[in-house]
Amino acid sequence: MLVSYQWLKNYVDIEDLSAEDAAERLTRGGVEVDMLHNRTEGVEHVVVGYVEECSPHPEADKLSVCVVDTKSAKRTIVCGASNIRAGQKVVTAEPGAVLPGGIEITTTTLRGQESQGMICSLQELGVEQKLVAKEYQDGIYVLPDDAEVGADAVAEIGLRDTVLELDLTPNRPDCLSMLGVAYEMAALLDRDVIHPDTAHKESAEHASDHVSVQVDVPKDNPFYGVKVVKNIVVGPSPQWMQNRLTAAGIRPISNVVDITNYVLLEYGQPLHAFDLDRLGSSEILVRRAGEGEEMTTLDGETRTLSSEHMVITNGKEPVALAGVMGGASSEVQDDTTAVLLEAAYFQPARVRKASRQTGIRSESSIRFEKGIDSGRVEEAAERAASLLETYAGGEVLQGSVEVDHRPAENKKIETSAGQLNGLLGMNLSEDDMLSIFRRLRLPASAEKGGIKVEVPTRRPDLEREVDLAEEAARLYGYEYIPTTLPSGVTTPGFLTDRQRRERHMRRFLESAGLNEALTYTLTSREHSSRLQLHTLPGKVDVSLPMSEERSTMRTSLLPQLLDTVQYNRNRQINDAALFELGSIFIGEPGGTLTKQPQEKTVLAAAVTGWWDTHLWQGEKKKADFFVIKGILEGLFNELGVASEVAFVRSSQAELHPGRSADIYLNGTYAGFTGQLHPSVEKEWDLKEAYVFQLDMDLILSYDAVSVFYETVPRYPAVTRDIALVVDNDVPAGKVERVIREAGGSLLHDISLFDVYQGENLSAGKKSLAFSLVYLDPDRTLTDEEVSRAHDNVLKRLEEEVSAELRK
Amino acid sequence: MIDRLQELGREALEEIKQADSVKALESVRVKYLGKKGPITEVLRGMGQLSEEERPKVGQKANDVREEIKEKLEEKTEQLEKAAIDEKLKAESIDITLPGREVKQGARHPLTAVVEEIEDIFVGLGFQVTKGPEVETDQYNFEKLNLPAEHPARDMQDSFYVTTDMLLRTQTSPVQARTMETFEGQGPVKIVCPGKVYRRDDDDATHSHQFMQIEGLYVDKNVQMSDLKGVLEAFVQKYFGADRSIRLRPSFFPFTEPSVEVDVSCGICGGKGCRVCKYSGWIEVLGAGMIHPNVLEMSGFDPEIYTGFAFGMGVERFAMLKYGIDDIRHFYTNDIRFLNQFKRA
Ligand SMILES: [Zn+2]
Repeated sequence: MLVSYQWLKNYVDIEDLSAEDAAERLTRGGVEVDMLHNRTEGVEHVVVGYVEECSPHPEADKLSVCVVDTKSAKRTIVCGASNIRAGQKVVTAEPGAVLPGGIEITTTTLRGQESQGMICSLQELGVEQKLVAKEYQDGIYVLPDDAEVGADAVAEIGLRDTVLELDLTPNRPDCLSMLGVAYEMAALLDRDVIHPDTAHKESAEHASDHVSVQVDVPKDNPFYGVKVVKNIVVGPSPQWMQNRLTAAGIRPISNVVDITNYVLLEYGQPLHAFDLDRLGSSEILVRRAGEGEEMTTLDGETRTLSSEHMVITNGKEPVALAGVMGGASSEVQDDTTAVLLEAAYFQPARVRKASRQTGIRSESSIRFEKGIDSGRVEEAAERAASLLETYAGGEVLQGSVEVDHRPAENKKIETSAGQLNGLLGMNLSEDDMLSIFRRLRLPASAEKGGIKVEVPTRRPDLEREVDLAEEAARLYGYEYIPTTLPSGVTTPGFLTDRQRRERHMRRFLESAGLNEALTYTLTSREHSSRLQLHTLPGKVDVSLPMSEERSTMRTSLLPQLLDTVQYNRNRQINDAALFELGSIFIGEPGGTLTKQPQEKTVLAAAVTGWWDTHLWQGEKKKADFFVIKGILEGLFNELGVASEVAFVRSSQAELHPGRSADIYLNGTYAGFTGQLHPSVEKEWDLKEAYVFQLDMDLILSYDAVSVFYETVPRYPAVTRDIALVVDNDVPAGKVERVIREAGGSLLHDISLFDVYQGENLSAGKKSLAFSLVYLDPDRTLTDEEVSRAHDNVLKRLEEEVSAELRK
Repeated sequence: MIDRLQELGREALEEIKQADSVKALESVRVKYLGKKGPITEVLRGMGQLSEEERPKVGQKANDVREEIKEKLEEKTEQLEKAAIDEKLKAESIDITLPGREVKQGARHPLTAVVEEIEDIFVGLGFQVTKGPEVETDQYNFEKLNLPAEHPARDMQDSFYVTTDMLLRTQTSPVQARTMETFEGQGPVKIVCPGKVYRRDDDDATHSHQFMQIEGLYVDKNVQMSDLKGVLEAFVQKYFGADRSIRLRPSFFPFTEPSVEVDVSCGICGGKGCRVCKYSGWIEVLGAGMIHPNVLEMSGFDPEIYTGFAFGMGVERFAMLKYGIDDIRHFYTNDIRFLNQFKRA
């Protein structure tokens, strides 16, 4: 809602407040003023001029040379507007004048003719093109004849004004009108509200002689009323009215249309004027539209309607889409002489449906959708009649034709000072409360220790006690609410085990050198089939995506993590180590969801480029499979599940077949790791990238091995190193397992310290060197005992993996 | 003989003086003090001396020996120290060369903010709960006092996945879900961080995906003044003890009264500056007393229980804390951006 500060003064006395002050009061009171627009800030030396002479420029067809009297001087001004005539009062920017945007006007020469200033259009004064009345859109603005020559033209037009742009919350549709804002202002300042003048004459003829009204849908349309105004002369509306309309962002059209718009802004009551002679009958019937029924709206579009829509008809055909837009056939035109003025109350939901389905958002539909004041309909109609009489020469016929199904009584809320104080933690007296309700013009009375408040139709947002608490608090001031701490039971705050383990996990990955990334959940269809943890039964698509790039919920964190790596590579950052913890979304087969999709917490990482470098000492190491595996092993250790994890060669098609592994937790599939398949690397323009993705719901639900102290050894350990020669295809992991099993309880630790292939070994063989540590926590081991255990290890190695000791 | 000994002593000392290595000293030692050395040689001829002279010569020989020994030790020590000094000098390095980097990744700034806020509320007796990102219309709207035709639904155009399921537009549905698990028995004290989605075009200040933290406190006799107290405690912990808060009336369908909460500007101290748009205050939270309809729909009797709720945008807190000017940075994950939050 755009509120002209000058206009607002008509309804509430705020002479003592600047526009800025008024805005501040409204904002502090809960009606937020988002912005202030000074309509002509900095515009100077623009005066009313009288065009004494106007003759064609000798050198240019489209220019005129005018002599303009500006009281201080007679100036010769070259003007390019086609509507310039001698005898007009025009907006004259004298040399030295400043126009919006800081444009300075000087004396110039145009085609050999000196021009001492400029004759201005409204656009040149800063009025938006789309808000300028049609007759002035392509030319200069012409002031009324009674404008005083030499006076400030900006003030004369009424552009010395500031517009308050309100950012209204949905509960305050009452402020979609000048009067509503005035009520609010009056409550805040404890002042009176001044209602507009609705007085007009009435002719002997009755409106009911010309029209009858029938409402078939009283639920959708609790009130429908019409007045008839005859002998109208359609023409421009007065300057001040046009100016107020443009301040509110509405373009002036003609006196009849402008008056309906003006009253809409004044009262928040949408009105519609039908051309009585073009209505096609003398009856109005309000009903639901038929399925597929068609009508052409004012904008010239043919609309196909449904039974969800409500229409105003002439008994046969629709003449308006109720509350949204009038029909083209009965539109007021230049030759219109009699109008049927509609003032109705339509239910918000019905109008909203029509507005949504047709895509028409009009000043009218916006107000009906949010809820207008059902008690102000008739007053608004009388106001419009009064204005039509004054500014369109209309003759208002006697009475109105109305169908009224509105509830007879206003809602009442019972409360008490004690209740309201209890909610707010304040200590206001009953009198304080009553005074607040009086300022808000909510009729209230103290009754039997309580307060009874009547809610006028103006404020449909007030429904129950808490709403009154809010009114009391915002008018009294939130700064007077004390600061206390809850007096109830103290309960411990804590993170759950799972939340703590998630944090440990993050900390571990950070200290391993990985940056945490956060990518979007919505992704493209293309991405949603890539690098999935499992083959998923279905995915979750957005019904009306904003773009193909964000059309479906991710099923893997990796595609966007790889996008991130690529994004950085494109900026010459080639080394990346990133992880993300987030959800993937699992749909149902066939694509239709019957219940909320499963959301699985997944951890993913991508590592590429140099991993460990210390260049001036000549060290650099690229990320490889064992880097990412090391991170995973460390992570599993941190999470207390390391002893339950197995890496098994993976068959994931998007990974390098020789450098990838599936990860099992106690026999259950928990994720994968490895180098991306070269074809995948190529797609993302990467070189040797390693990734993992883990099912964290599974891993974090697994009971961690608890930390329990083991005696620090008091007896010496015995270390034996062995170098074994085995076939190339024997995995080191298998050899290690044989050693571990064969070593028995005395084998305390085992570590691989060399892998060798090549010279001195026969083809197809490799050498693995292990260090075995034997220890008994209770005593010193003898050489004999160690040898017995060690021999057993060697024997088993020979039996199970045909290992020979390397000579 | 005494003269001879004296002379030997002088010679030995001179040789010690000339020696430039431990090895050379060793040969001096062998030469003068060895069993075949000249001093032993002299002492062998003692038989020819008189009774009175013998002890004198013996004494002299001992003195000379002792002196040589002493000087040898002294010189050895000197040479060893010189050798060590030489070695250390050779081992000297340029200590201005850079050290070896200890790898350390950065926490995402949004995670840093969420964890800090969680910790503050845990300290105030709250627990942390989470809920689904794909919500039903019922939990995202209806149970929050936003029935199908409510005009406030316009405020947050959303991504639907079916006619009655959507990507949640707020973390508030977690309120309703959590309250239900309490089966009408308070107190309930929770904070719920999470991702939310709205149909916005991404630009410097809008993001179709962002993070919120929702808070909820339900108990008997909870008053609006308690909301003020808890939020002030939180704001002072997060932004600094010298900050104050201000409540401004606002509207949320699920709270009544509803307020926006401003914190005094930390840059200008309330005097007005560019960051606070010259108002001295910065909007940081939405809050209010839980609407009785919401309590009722989640199984709490609004005649017995009251409560307050609050919500904040994580990106906004991060932007204020770290001076970030474009919300898209959080989701672009430029490594040069992320690296700046290692200490966060
Ligand atoms: Zn400031």
